[in-house]
Amino acid sequence: MRAFAHLLDRLSLTSSRNAKLTLIEDFLRQTPDPERGWVLAALTGALSFNAAKPAFIRKAVEARMDVQLFAWSYDYVGDLAETVALVWPARPGANREPDLSEVVESLRTATRAEVQRLIEGWLDALDPDGRWALLKLMTGGLRVGVSARLAKQACANLGGVEIGAVEEVWHAMAPPYGDLFAWLEGRSERPSPDAPGRFRPVMLAQAVDEAVDFARLDPADYAAEWKWDGIRVQAVSERGERRLYTRTGDDISATFPDVIAAMDFEGAIDGELLVLQGGAAASFGDLQQRLNRKAVDAKLMAAFPAGIRAYDLLLEGEEDLRALPFAERRRRLEAFVARIDDPRIDLSPIQPFATWDDLAALRAAPPAGEPRIAEGLMLKRWDSVYEPGRPKGPWFKWKRDPHLIDAVLMYAQRGHGKRSSFYSDYTFGVWQEDETGTRRLTPVGKAYFGFTDEELKQIDKFVRDHTVERFGPVRSVRADLDFGLVFEVAFEGLQRSTRHKSGVAMRFPRISRIRWDKPAREADELATLERMLEP
Amino acid sequence: MKPQDLLCPKPDGLYCPPGDFYIDPVRPVDRAVITHGHADHARAGHGVVAATPETLAIMAERYGEDFAGARQSLAYGETFTHNGVEVGMVPAGHVLGSAQAVVRWKGMTIVVSGDYKRRRDPTCAAFEPVPCDVFVTEATFGLPVFRHPDDAGEIASLLKSVAQFPERSHIVGAYALGKAQRVIRLLREAGWDRTIHVHGAMERLNRLYERHGVDLGPLAPATTGTKKDFEGAIIVAPPSALADRWSRRFPDPVDCFASGWMRVRARARQRGVELPLVISDHADWDELTSTLDELRPGEVWITHGREEALERWCELQDIPARALRLVGYDEEEGE
Repeated sequence: MRAFAHLLDRLSLTSSRNAKLTLIEDFLRQTPDPERGWVLAALTGALSFNAAKPAFIRKAVEARMDVQLFAWSYDYVGDLAETVALVWPARPGANREPDLSEVVESLRTATRAEVQRLIEGWLDALDPDGRWALLKLMTGGLRVGVSARLAKQACANLGGVEIGAVEEVWHAMAPPYGDLFAWLEGRSERPSPDAPGRFRPVMLAQAVDEAVDFARLDPADYAAEWKWDGIRVQAVSERGERRLYTRTGDDISATFPDVIAAMDFEGAIDGELLVLQGGAAASFGDLQQRLNRKAVDAKLMAAFPAGIRAYDLLLEGEEDLRALPFAERRRRLEAFVARIDDPRIDLSPIQPFATWDDLAALRAAPPAGEPRIAEGLMLKRWDSVYEPGRPKGPWFKWKRDPHLIDAVLMYAQRGHGKRSSFYSDYTFGVWQEDETGTRRLTPVGKAYFGFTDEELKQIDKFVRDHTVERFGPVRSVRADLDFGLVFEVAFEGLQRSTRHKSGVAMRFPRISRIRWDKPAREADELATLERMLEP
Repeated sequence: MKPQDLLCPKPDGLYCPPGDFYIDPVRPVDRAVITHGHADHARAGHGVVAATPETLAIMAERYGEDFAGARQSLAYGETFTHNGVEVGMVPAGHVLGSAQAVVRWKGMTIVVSGDYKRRRDPTCAAFEPVPCDVFVTEATFGLPVFRHPDDAGEIASLLKSVAQFPERSHIVGAYALGKAQRVIRLLREAGWDRTIHVHGAMERLNRLYERHGVDLGPLAPATTGTKKDFEGAIIVAPPSALADRWSRRFPDPVDCFASGWMRVRARARQRGVELPLVISDHADWDELTSTLDELRPGEVWITHGREEALERWCELQDIPARALRLVGYDEEEGE
């Protein structure tokens, strides 16, 4: 449990992806079975207990120490699991420290009444770090910034194999993954990926390079369709197993029972998960209401009904279609979707075009309705097979040009990892008249990339030279009508937001240019942004 | 006679009316007794300063030889008497030269512990408990959440990380007086015999520690060399240097911070620390309470820190306690 706790601690404070991979890979290499398998399950979200309610933990600790001292402690730390882990009175020699496997095994067979006694016994036996890990696990939610994909990549690194190879077998495996490790360490054959409902590694597109690609590509070779603004999913219904996966293979079936219910077919569809209101795609903001929820809320599900807009067909009945050309898969997909005949699963229409100029015109001015909120266009070679990864050539994405505004830097925050000595996260604002007619800056967004290392150094120096106030890692920077640093900010879309003072929230904002030349007073007004709001 | 007749809190610090001196005053006074060399306790510009020879040396190193009008050197165990008040110095275990001031007058004993800790520290003499009528304690980590782990374990996790990331450098933020030397010494005890690079701000104090018999092993300035030279290196620097432009010379540094505050994860996150090392020169909650339990003084006075929780604990133990609410001592960063 200590080594597990140490791993969680390091992961939660490390921002670099490579460093996280090293930490996980080393842990998996150095820890025996089945312990490492349970840890992998915990990291990938395959292990979740709701064994201990916060109220129970609180009661247990208050029975052991002064209530007032506990209250002050909780007040100071702010996190219940961490507070209890730290203040829990030590009972030296109370018990042997349990490892994660022991915890998992015991909870599996324990009755409800026994669970609480077990947890208290473990808390007595563990040190503060071990208690913290245990409590985080028991109350459900590690939140250490590790995606299932990252954990799988660490497994792939451990075995020296491609991540696709791990993803293909992943859903045939169950914790504590003894077969998986045996294969990765060369002690046995690769496990069969042939489990019903498994994930198929996804094919992704390259960004089109307008200057180069259109000159050499023949429009007749390509199909075009809208790039819908939801999340890419794979819907698999196979021999009674129904699963909905993200493009990285995370299983999100439990969050979308309405979609699962609609998957009345035998096959695997590649598509976009969207909120569909009366057959029309709604904004990404609507879909966000449904994402990352553990419990499904019936009211929310009725207000934001989700569905799939189909792009491709990977499996029909028992037939794997991935080696067929896109044109053939598309023909089969159209018939397949028509047979399902459910408004929650529809077809992403192909956009006919003759020349690249035609397509450019379509992208610049999409027709009224849902294409207006598409992210751009997708180009797919009619003869392309379905190839996992991001091969160069068969598929391109051609996003719409971003929106641009000029905003003034207001606050800067220190970065993490390599950037911890730089002020690299910027909050910027635009002008707004207050009730007295005075123009004031109101923050509209935050961005931390889009600039070069050299530009970062210059902005960092500007921040340090023009700091007005400091709050921990954040500095407020001089920004008024007569002085300030103007950023040209690019973003993909704008939505109304009640959480932001300005009333708007940007999608995917980044710094596109630094306008050292532009006077702060000439930056944009909030009214300009409000005109860009999505319908 | 009341204890307040012997020592009482004044705006400038804890004052002794019969002896006419202050202990750790925050502004210049005629006569001062100084418990240890940290800047918030030892300030320049007093008339006469009584302190341990190590503390006097630290003050001279930091402020120059003319830091006070006159010095009165009191080795551990020695005493002086002024106007009938006897003052003696007993090790506090905080940093090199740190002492508890033991003040006796007309049969009453008050121990002003200054900052202290109870666990082993290879760079200074260990805390010695002195029976007393009043024990004046700090409470920097006076909350039950502060439980410092074994420092060897913390050093082991630093060395593990160095082995895990051989292409990166590790910068350990540590206060220039005491913590830095303790971390270096602990690394040596753990078998790390390679050169440790140090920030310029701690070089003089390192030499002073070495003159007092603390062997720090091979040290080198962290200023010369290329990025490549610092791959796999351990660098010790003041905490402020972690976020400073100074740290950009090193290859992809892992920011480490050796402090008792690192016990709380939000603190580490807030400072952008990647590897927190819970190593403190102050007593943690268990050390504070077990010290009071061991001494069972007639009364406990709490100088600075989280006095309300320690006061509450004393109340539960039937030990009379009060907070002095002295101002001028760093609560947050003062280690």
